[in-house]
Amino acid sequence: MRYIEQQTVVKRMNGRLIANAIFKYIFLAATLLALLALVILLFRIVSQGAGNLSIDFLTNFASRFPDQAGIKAALIGSLWLMMVVAPTSIILGVGSAIYLEEYAKQNRITSFIRMNISNLAGVPSVVFGLLGLTIFVRAMALGNSILAAGFTMSLLILPVIIVASQEAIRAVPGELRDASYGMGATKWQTIVNIILPAAIPGILTGSILALSRAIGETAPLIVIGVPVIIQFLPAGVMDTFTALPMQIYDWSSRPQPEFQAVAAAGIIVLMAVLLFMNSIAVIIRNKFDKRY
Amino acid sequence: MRNWKFAMASTILGSALILGACGGTDTGTETEETGSGTAGEEATVEGSVIGDGSSTVAPILEGLVEEYAGAQPDVQVTVGVSGTGGGFEKFVAGETDFSNASRPIEEEEIAALEEAGIEYTEFLLAYDGLSVVVNQENDFVDNLTVDQLKQLWVEDGTTKMWSDIDPEWPEEEIVFYAPGTASGTYDYFNEVILEEEDIVSSATLSEDDNTLVQGIQGDPNAIGFFGYAYYIANQDTLKLVPIDGIEPNDETIESGEYAPLSRPLFVYAKNSSISENDAMYDFMQYTIENSGEMAQAVGYVALNEEDYESGLADLEALKE
Repeated sequence: MRYIEQQTVVKRMNGRLIANAIFKYIFLAATLLALLALVILLFRIVSQGAGNLSIDFLTNFASRFPDQAGIKAALIGSLWLMMVVAPTSIILGVGSAIYLEEYAKQNRITSFIRMNISNLAGVPSVVFGLLGLTIFVRAMALGNSILAAGFTMSLLILPVIIVASQEAIRAVPGELRDASYGMGATKWQTIVNIILPAAIPGILTGSILALSRAIGETAPLIVIGVPVIIQFLPAGVMDTFTALPMQIYDWSSRPQPEFQAVAAAGIIVLMAVLLFMNSIAVIIRNKFDKRY
Repeated sequence: MRNWKFAMASTILGSALILGACGGTDTGTETEETGSGTAGEEATVEGSVIGDGSSTVAPILEGLVEEYAGAQPDVQVTVGVSGTGGGFEKFVAGETDFSNASRPIEEEEIAALEEAGIEYTEFLLAYDGLSVVVNQENDFVDNLTVDQLKQLWVEDGTTKMWSDIDPEWPEEEIVFYAPGTASGTYDYFNEVILEEEDIVSSATLSEDDNTLVQGIQGDPNAIGFFGYAYYIANQDTLKLVPIDGIEPNDETIESGEYAPLSRPLFVYAKNSSISENDAMYDFMQYTIENSGEMAQAVGYVALNEEDYESGLADLEALKE
């Protein structure tokens, strides 16, 4: 008896190879299509907006003259916003993740909470804007300040940070925990010395990607009533401000075609900020990856 | 352990970078601002003024705020663009000192303001002519009457053909583009043309007027309407339709001859803000004095000199 039928193998070989090739090209086409869209988008934006990019563009306030319009108020406003969003969302998010993974009992209530957090990640950002308007802007009387907008944005990205941190914490091998307990460490010591160091790349990558989302969101800011016509910089978190996506949105809705080019330049600045944040995420991941 | 410390260090370094970048630019501008603010020949005032409202009025305000920041660097003026209705909502909630509107205030809004105990004054800033446009390839529509406009835009359950409006026109389906229902532009059109009847259901509604412009440019059977400034910016690629034989232009809009589609642009100011807040009074004064010039610069039509003077007189009366 022969286990491998030469004849059958040869007969089937062709079909298998064709299927192999077909799928290879299908996936290649999928990748290329996505890339093509990205390249066209980037090309359009850069070719439209590059002419307006200059130091003046970064250091001027918005203007009714397209050639004098600058993005200073929006850029600084977005950085202020991030200064509120980053600590608030990371502290709350990582804290919740640690609690849910390490302290909470694994019962129905916990899994119900988990499921809800995952669902929250899919809620449209306008809804978070309305929540922010009701709670922070009106009930807590923070007005359309950086603090109110920052808290709203934090709420928006919290689910993403919690889920990413939970995944990172869950990926830490159980033997490490056991070894730590075996050495007589308390839960807190284990979390600080073993779990967090091992989970930090995942947590930070998730957090920075979430922050990137926050910096590009427009809808919640519109709902909160963040102004776009503003000729001063905020001096503290209680001041009002404007942000990059608001400014870009405003410019792109102007009648004059010159403003479309200014909007494109604004998009380039926003993309540069995003790219900078994402590259931090990549660096952190590469630095701390490949452990355990 | 070492890696954990390193992670901490890089996190701290990262946030320090962001902080540093922000702080650095901040101090830079402050010195800049004090440098440019020394030229004040009038008495300087301090304070903050908050406005919101129509995105149609916003370009006028943007110019005013920009110039005003040079004249009174210590006054912080912010203006949002939530739309006429959205602006009034904030005005009623007491969150703003003034509200821009591209239509007169509505009964409901007056009632809400009364309930909230907010007294206000209406200031007229400029005129805009709602422009009805068609695709450039359209060679048959050279004029529309107000009745035809209504016939075109009101929903009547049928598929609208150009031949329904005028038998001489081709039997092709009309493609409609109109501003979104939250805009004052829609409200105004609704009031004077539709008279509260439903807008044709096949219409593409967009809050972004540039979407309308592009839509009409791209379809030979398209018709749409939007603010005069958007027509001016795209006049080479769109065909303007005169209404009852009158084209919108500076003269016909200002004189009101381009009726009923020439519409007023307003600022509604809170009386208590004017009397109690010097910055608000000063900014409103600046606004009324300069809005004519600014309106023309951004594609709208200025009022008569007398109208601005009567606005200033109203403002003066509120101060005392």
